Amino acid sequence: MSAPAESPHPAASARIPPKLGGASASGAAAPAGPGPAPHQQNGPAQNQMQIPSGYGLHPQNYIAPSGHYPQGPGKMTSLPLDSQCGDYYSGLYTVPTQNMVTPNTANQQPGAQQMYGRGPPAPHIVGSTPGSFQGATSSTSHLHTSASQPYSPFVNHYSSPAMYPANSSVASQGFPSTCGHYAMSTVSNAAYPSVSYPSLPAGDPYGQQMFTSQNAPTVGPVREDSFPGHSTAISHPAPLPPPPSHQYHQQQGLSGCNTLSWSASGLPSAQDNLTRNHTGSLATPNSNPTNTVSDSLSCPVMQNVQPLKSSPVVSTVLGASSTRVPPAANRPVEPVASVTQPSELLQQKGVDSSSTTSSASPMPNSYDALEGGSYPDMLSSSASSPAPDPAPEPDPAPAPSAPQPSKMAKPFGYGYPTLQPGYQNATAPLNSGVPPSSPVYSGFQPYAQQYPGMNQLSSSLGGLSLQSSPQPESLRPVNLTQERNILPMTPVWPPVPNLNLDLKKLNCSPDSFRCTLTNIPQTQALLNKAKLPLGLLLHPFRDLTQLPVITSNTIVRCRSCRTYINPFVSFIDQRRWKCNLCYRVNDVPEEFMYNPVTRSYGEPHKRPEVQNSTVEFIASSDYMLRPPQPAVYLFVLDVSHNAVEAGYLTILCQSLLENLDKLPGDSRTRIGFMTFDSTIHFYNLQEGLSQPQMLIVSDIDDVFLPTPDSLLVNLYESKELIKDLLTALPNMFTNTRETHSALGPALQAAFKLMSPTGGRVSVFQTQLPSLGAGLLQSREDPNQRSSTKVVQHLGPATDFYKKLALDCSGQQTAVDLFLLSSQYSDLASLACMSKYSAGCIYYYPSFHFTHNPSQAEKLQKDLKRYLTRKIGFEAVMRIRCTKGLSMHTFHGNFFVRSTDLLSLANINPDAGFAVQLSIEENLTDTSLVCFQTALLYTSSKGERRIRVHTLCLPVVSSLADVYAGVDVQAAICLLANMAVDRSISSSLSDARDALVNAVVDSLSAYGSTVSNLQHSALIAPSSLKLFPLYVLALLKQKAFRTGTSTRLDDRVYAMCQIKCQPLVHLMKMIHPNLYRIDRLTDEGAIHVNDRVVPQPPLQKLSAEKLTREGAFLMDCGSVFYIWIGKSCDNNFIEDVLGYPNFASIPQKMTHLPELDTLSSERARSFITWLRDNRPLSPILHVVKDESPAKTEFFQHLIEDRTEAAFSYYEFLLHIQQQICK
Amino acid sequence: MAFTFAAFCYMLSLVLCAALIFFAIWHIIAFDELRTDFKSPIDQCNPVHALVLPEYCIHSLFCIMFLCAQEWLTLGLNVPLLFYHFWRYFHCPADSSELAYDPPAVMNADTLSYCQKEAWCKLAFYLLSFFYYLYCMIYTLVSS
Repeated sequence: MSAPAESPHPAASARIPPKLGGASASGAAAPAGPGPAPHQQNGPAQNQMQIPSGYGLHPQNYIAPSGHYPQGPGKMTSLPLDSQCGDYYSGLYTVPTQNMVTPNTANQQPGAQQMYGRGPPAPHIVGSTPGSFQGATSSTSHLHTSASQPYSPFVNHYSSPAMYPANSSVASQGFPSTCGHYAMSTVSNAAYPSVSYPSLPAGDPYGQQMFTSQNAPTVGPVREDSFPGHSTAISHPAPLPPPPSHQYHQQQGLSGCNTLSWSASGLPSAQDNLTRNHTGSLATPNSNPTNTVSDSLSCPVMQNVQPLKSSPVVSTVLGASSTRVPPAANRPVEPVASVTQPSELLQQKGVDSSSTTSSASPMPNSYDALEGGSYPDMLSSSASSPAPDPAPEPDPAPAPSAPQPSKMAKPFGYGYPTLQPGYQNATAPLNSGVPPSSPVYSGFQPYAQQYPGMNQLSSSLGGLSLQSSPQPESLRPVNLTQERNILPMTPVWPPVPNLNLDLKKLNCSPDSFRCTLTNIPQTQALLNKAKLPLGLLLHPFRDLTQLPVITSNTIVRCRSCRTYINPFVSFIDQRRWKCNLCYRVNDVPEEFMYNPVTRSYGEPHKRPEVQNSTVEFIASSDYMLRPPQPAVYLFVLDVSHNAVEAGYLTILCQSLLENLDKLPGDSRTRIGFMTFDSTIHFYNLQEGLSQPQMLIVSDIDDVFLPTPDSLLVNLYESKELIKDLLTALPNMFTNTRETHSALGPALQAAFKLMSPTGGRVSVFQTQLPSLGAGLLQSREDPNQRSSTKVVQHLGPATDFYKKLALDCSGQQTAVDLFLLSSQYSDLASLACMSKYSAGCIYYYPSFHFTHNPSQAEKLQKDLKRYLTRKIGFEAVMRIRCTKGLSMHTFHGNFFVRSTDLLSLANINPDAGFAVQLSIEENLTDTSLVCFQTALLYTSSKGERRIRVHTLCLPVVSSLADVYAGVDVQAAICLLANMAVDRSISSSLSDARDALVNAVVDSLSAYGSTVSNLQHSALIAPSSLKLFPLYVLALLKQKAFRTGTSTRLDDRVYAMCQIKCQPLVHLMKMIHPNLYRIDRLTDEGAIHVNDRVVPQPPLQKLSAEKLTREGAFLMDCGSVFYIWIGKSCDNNFIEDVLGYPNFASIPQKMTHLPELDTLSSERARSFITWLRDNRPLSPILHVVKDESPAKTEFFQHLIEDRTEAAFSYYEFLLHIQQQICK
Repeated sequence: MAFTFAAFCYMLSLVLCAALIFFAIWHIIAFDELRTDFKSPIDQCNPVHALVLPEYCIHSLFCIMFLCAQEWLTLGLNVPLLFYHFWRYFHCPADSSELAYDPPAVMNADTLSYCQKEAWCKLAFYLLSFFYYLYCMIYTLVSS
């Protein structure tokens, strides 16, 4: 970016919002080139497959079943139902166990049956005669499909589970394909997308069901009845033809009863599982069909899950079943593949194991959405079913999470809702419809539950009031100078877009995807008037507890803009859908007509892709430029005198030894080590050597690889050598006198080593590089640290690291930098190696393993997370938005490869991104805009996967509505990102001015829209009331503060963090949370994993809140402070800190002792809860009131005045003054 | 009719101007390819860089020639662009080895559209000056 680029960054005006607005003109000069048409999608895959290859497979494989199955579908259609049933049974179901299928499947299929004209009570009636019912079901579906579809024979099978319940993945996973049925079912897996649903680990109903299916062989007399139906069938303990009563029981169970109704039945374990399953899946009326289906589909997932579960039944079953894991020949990889992720997730989450507390999901779109049956059922239950009332059923769920009505009505845009009511009638009587929610599930769940509730309330209010007279809460004018306690007592929740309830329910979680304006202005002019930044905040690779993973031959995408199909598209009819981004009408591929979850045909709108705004696809080879790379890790370690002195090697090697087995990867995982001082040392770890060989290259001007093949070795083959090396490494250089550091050449060598495969390079550096290419000079003048005027050297001193990073990025290699330095190391230059290669940066100022134990502990914890967290390789991320909007600047660590494509050599779950948007065309003809990010990556297991998030937001035309929808936290994070860019490209003071101007402009713009206010007061809409506070916090943040002594590296590191942290963590960094912890009570406490976590109210960041009698906890994201007042209650000190009185508390205390007192328990559980899920594990400092460390604590009290900066009130006055000027 | 130094300058600049027009078109195509995803910025920026310095040199040569030939009006027309080139050249990132186009930054929509506009403006300028030089060449040849 060079001089003229200044004009895009209008330094002159020093105002951010106008700049945002000004981008509309960009691209006006776009020449008559090829135009936007050829959007190449994430990688190589452009061709949409017209005909899924799976279909090709069908006919052949179908042969096998057809042998058992002499009647052609056409023939069946002509038969009367009853006789047909007879035929079915006699012809097909020779094995008794197979017949057991029927009752269950009868229940499964009511929907389908209903669709063809049965009255609502039909399932019950027919259920008592399972045989005939089953026949009816299947035959009806035959009728349908054969009538309408050329594919009917196959489709038939899959859509009527009664006959061949297409438990394809069960079959393909669990059992070797031994018979004809088998071959078929595995194919079905290939042909039809199998949806595995790695959801709640603990209470996963599917998981339970899966066992039952695994149990099957032990139960069933004929083991070879690999007939897919068995999985559901056997879980039904009744002997063949189940008595009507039994059937009834089952329905009861479905409709909400649990174990009790089953007591008559035979198999304890299977039964147990099944009932749990039912309770778990109560949520949806369709629970049974969906259940069994998804059960079968998600089987593989569950297999991995099981070891985590506590249930003894489970584990034994698993033991039995897991022996039969060899995947079926047809489809060896995919099903297994879909397994991997959930298990990883689960491990990371360490979830609660109780299985009954299941299915309420933190995300609004949970299973029921995936299952695809819930909302229309609700609709029908209220609309058409004779007895829709859920009351009769005993409700095992402790607390319903979402109110029923919220599940109604379909998102608009579905062209044929008329079909659904009739379709769903049958299930209505069964349903209880309320997803059981568990209050004691995981850390965030309770929030998630309160949260939709609140949202619904506020949004429905908002929805009403935006159009009508009363003002929404978010627009309530707040007189900032009068309001003393501007900070709410509870954490600030992101505003919810003002959409109708269904869209709201389907919308992407704000944790992954947020927009600064949840009401998108219609025109750029309106946006300019509002003077607010418009942009997106992304956390695309976040650890998710549940994520629908879809394996499908055809990934359905818009043919012109390549958007992935998502919940916000509209179906014009069954065969066509309209893209919500470019409005092109596309065909629905044949494969998409079949829904693997409900196992029904002709319901494209119920596919998981259309029911979830966050999904993950297993990509085919179309999405690969080369075979998926293995996980490759290279560690480049500084072993100069300085590094040895600091002693990080011990910690690193220890962590590596501990986590060697947990490194994400498959059997191909490779690992290598390099060390460097003034020379570069390679380690030959080739399998077969008796001990690691060290190879020294001293020619640092022209680095070469001594033995290119044996430096990166297979982790499993050479594990012993690696362990030897890691044990020896900390002591190998203890007596070194080499003070120089040839980082540049070492990086060049690392690049050479990595370029054939790509992967991750972790660089540990402890000083300024002083030799060879990329050497740096000290640029910091310590006297300038507290300068209020100019802060120099925020940009890189050399292009070497940037160029190297770009080369690395081109070879799919990311460089992660760990800077452990006690003096200035020019992070501004070094950081470039990570910035442009999508790496991450860790900085440990004044690291020393004994003198600074807290940093050492932090390094240890960070390393643990770093080594074991998920990782995606050779990734690209494309962000699309509705026509009319365009992206113009990206923030984060990546390389921008095209206007909407980010190249990410690695992606990790802790990386956040920000995007600035501009409105290029008026959005007058649409009421909704959508944003979609698609992250294509290679998982550590060598699969290509695509994670897609879609966010939908309303478009508004009035300025008031724009203000009503401001997400102030997102806005502040985007502003922080922009300010970092500004301070590097222009100057720090410019950036600070721009931040202040952002507040002044937006508040004065708001003031001018509201005419009836007295102009002397500083008025902000309620949605923006925290804006000045947060901006003040930013101005006092290390990155942007002036006047307070700040080391250059600290400042640059803060800037790096602003650029690449996701929003939740960044907000803590900008505006820490302060709690009083000496009087924690259980009032309002939440339950996490059997622990009670108190929820003390937030305090504002001002010394006036600190009383000498209290103890306070400040959560700054990467560090916690506990401040102990001078006359703090001795009981607290004794109970929590373990010291008799204030005087005896040591100066450096970084742990709370585990004391067996109530207050200690509360404090610890609260801190542990805060610590959960942080990428940078925070270290705890206990700060006494009189200790010198208290300045550290007090500098975070941003509402107070410091010698160099305004207090909050002064800042408000300053703004007011600026506005009045 | 005489073959003066000025006429020679105009003839030479006519030829070189054709080269500049070619460069400008090259730039336009390059940025357009970037915009439409055909190429990676890293691949694309290298050839573009190769053309930047020659372009600046050729344009500076014009100015020197017109200065020597005392063609003040033509010189006056070219000086603003000359200054722009100087400014751009000395206002480069870090090492200035990268010259104007920085691969990581060039895809920023603002930067990219700026570069595109710049290329179009230059194309227009060079085209106009091509005809102007043609006119001036004939004029000097005929008038003296």
